[in-house]
Amino acid sequence: MIHRTSTALRLARRRKVADDVVALTLEAADGGRLPDWEPGAHIDLILPAGGAGAGMVRQYSLCGDRWKPCEYTIMVQREPDGRGGSAALHDEVAEGDLLGFGGPRNNFRLAPAEEYLFIAGGIGITPLLPMIEQANRLDVAWRLLYLGRSASRLAALDRLAVLAGDEDRVTVHDADRLGRADLESWRPKDPAVRVFACGPVRLLDAIEAWGAVPGGLPPRIERFTAQNGDGPTPAAFEVIASRSGVTAQVGESESVVDALRRAGVDIITSCAKGVCGTCETDVLEGTPDHRDSLLDDHERALGDCMFPCVSRSRDPRLVLGI
Amino acid sequence: MTTTPSPAATPAAPSAAVPHLDIDPFSEEFLADPLPFHERLRETAPVTYLDSHGVYAVARYDDVHRALIDWQGLQSAAGVGLANFRREKPWRPPSVLLEADPPRHDAPRSVLAKLLSPRRLRVLEAQWRSDARDVVDELLSRGREFDAVTDLAEVFPLRVFPDAIGIGQEGREHLLPYGDFAFNAFGPQNRLVTQAQETIGPTMAWIGEQCRRESLSSHGIGAQIWAAADRGDITTEQAPLVVRSLLTAGVDTTVTGIASVLHMMADRPEDWRRVREDRSLLPRVFEEAVRLESPVQTFFRTTTQTIEIAGVRIPADEKVLMFLGAANRDRRRWEDPHAFDLDRDPSGHVGFGMGIHQCVGQHIARLEAVSVLDALLDRVAALESAGPVRRHLNNTLRGFESLPMRLTAA
Repeated sequence: MIHRTSTALRLARRRKVADDVVALTLEAADGGRLPDWEPGAHIDLILPAGGAGAGMVRQYSLCGDRWKPCEYTIMVQREPDGRGGSAALHDEVAEGDLLGFGGPRNNFRLAPAEEYLFIAGGIGITPLLPMIEQANRLDVAWRLLYLGRSASRLAALDRLAVLAGDEDRVTVHDADRLGRADLESWRPKDPAVRVFACGPVRLLDAIEAWGAVPGGLPPRIERFTAQNGDGPTPAAFEVIASRSGVTAQVGESESVVDALRRAGVDIITSCAKGVCGTCETDVLEGTPDHRDSLLDDHERALGDCMFPCVSRSRDPRLVLGI
Repeated sequence: MTTTPSPAATPAAPSAAVPHLDIDPFSEEFLADPLPFHERLRETAPVTYLDSHGVYAVARYDDVHRALIDWQGLQSAAGVGLANFRREKPWRPPSVLLEADPPRHDAPRSVLAKLLSPRRLRVLEAQWRSDARDVVDELLSRGREFDAVTDLAEVFPLRVFPDAIGIGQEGREHLLPYGDFAFNAFGPQNRLVTQAQETIGPTMAWIGEQCRRESLSSHGIGAQIWAAADRGDITTEQAPLVVRSLLTAGVDTTVTGIASVLHMMADRPEDWRRVREDRSLLPRVFEEAVRLESPVQTFFRTTTQTIEIAGVRIPADEKVLMFLGAANRDRRRWEDPHAFDLDRDPSGHVGFGMGIHQCVGQHIARLEAVSVLDALLDRVAALESAGPVRRHLNNTLRGFESLPMRLTAA
């Protein structure tokens, strides 16, 4: 479903960056600024109707340059066992097509440290790339262990070489050639080193089990969990302002705020991008389709409030406490 | 300037000329009544140059909004006042929020934004509403005439805000002078700054003391900021500076916001009655007052590169002064911009700024103002002015010294 410009992205460019991995450059449908983000952030991408995985929500870490405010970059690995989402982004969505999106949200913030150890498994490199750039920008020492089945499947090796410069910071472990990595040998002993990791579940389980070095902090990992309310959402739906009893039809190219304003009910907004929190509204009935940057997974699952400047509905009818 | 630029420096397209204005936005004449000056700033051109301080200025809504959200081109770490921190030493260690850019800005901002989100503030709401009722009861017990600044707008935030942060009872009288000084310090070294400089030392020392972990009660927002440092979300060096940001920007601003909405609602019996009967209008009442009065009038940015605003090219390393108050009364954005209109949707005003530096305490400001107004509406049938309005001059804030009022109990 393609919604209003503030929740739609246009695929500007797609290029192959490794075996079975493409990088997508996405721009705002209106060509303007996109909501700001920080390293570790991801967007929720809503797969287009008519293709594989229609209406499904997929999370992709942002791995571009946030000093370019009008574009996002994500990398997508083809998942042969997946439900078709990655295949659609590889094969079906054409340059110029629109995709619905939510966020960006950040459950994996880069926290300050004296030194970083980044550990990536395969496509798990994506959230770590902007973190590594940030470490460079802040002149903080870092190392990266990059694990994969074969080097030809690992994205961004050239970019990492540039980021490492003259220093020996990146270790690529090619399992096809070298067998299983000795992860334990990478376990930090120095409490000043903080670990940030993203990759397959088994890798993350092992790293999480390290816990904190005495005097240090536990590793931080990014796990993409199943989405609440995955699946197609209605293009248009009904919204009811319970206090005034006003009912409005929300069309597919307008926001809940727009529709209610048309019906004579104003919700005060400020940023209108799901970032500032001004328009927070109680949800009494129906399941919101959250598109904001504010709520964490737990808060989203509660389903008791939403930000109607961007968020929509998973049900045909949504009752708000206004 | 009549020099011919070298071919390499010739811009691709000619930049529109920037008119110079002889306006000093920090003169006492300007601060006492900025509106006629705003009109000149807005109507002369999208971008003007103020010879008084050697800075560029924007005053139209679209241009102010554009400057606010473009943190890449217009940075804050070189100071959001007149001083350029690349060349001048700040009067205190810079704020890790207001006077920081990404990436350093990220961690403190995300910690504070979470702690001050509407969802987190819900735990304070019942207490604040009860405190508001007490403050209004005390006010009514003293008779019909009162000063809306000293008897109400200052009383309520000073009662609830330091408690929420978790600072002790002693020394709270330092909070208002500290905020006043900090907001003056964004301007030049004029009388407003130099006069206070002589006495601000002990106040600064007291503020510094309150930011320490040991000074903060275990359950307030201040302690939660230190807990974020324990989790490693921010550093232990950043934690006291994040607390300091709350103490700097959290009191004078909300006092001014509450005074502004009382000033707007006085002598409007129709609006008063209407809001008494329909409290769902309260958020709009406050936003409309913030739009019109714009308690925070101005902030500066510094260009990181040559940037373009409304077709005007501004070179790198220049100070750009954004007139939030003027933008909020721009007829290009607002119909009948000078009217206080409860049928207007004030969404999108820039009274709290916009973008990554937008007021992180805006939900506190709203909750305080709505709590105190709601309590007042419960017990007061009419509110009228009872004497001359006296403005409090500050280089950044547009506030009040005195708002004499008379109320009619319900």
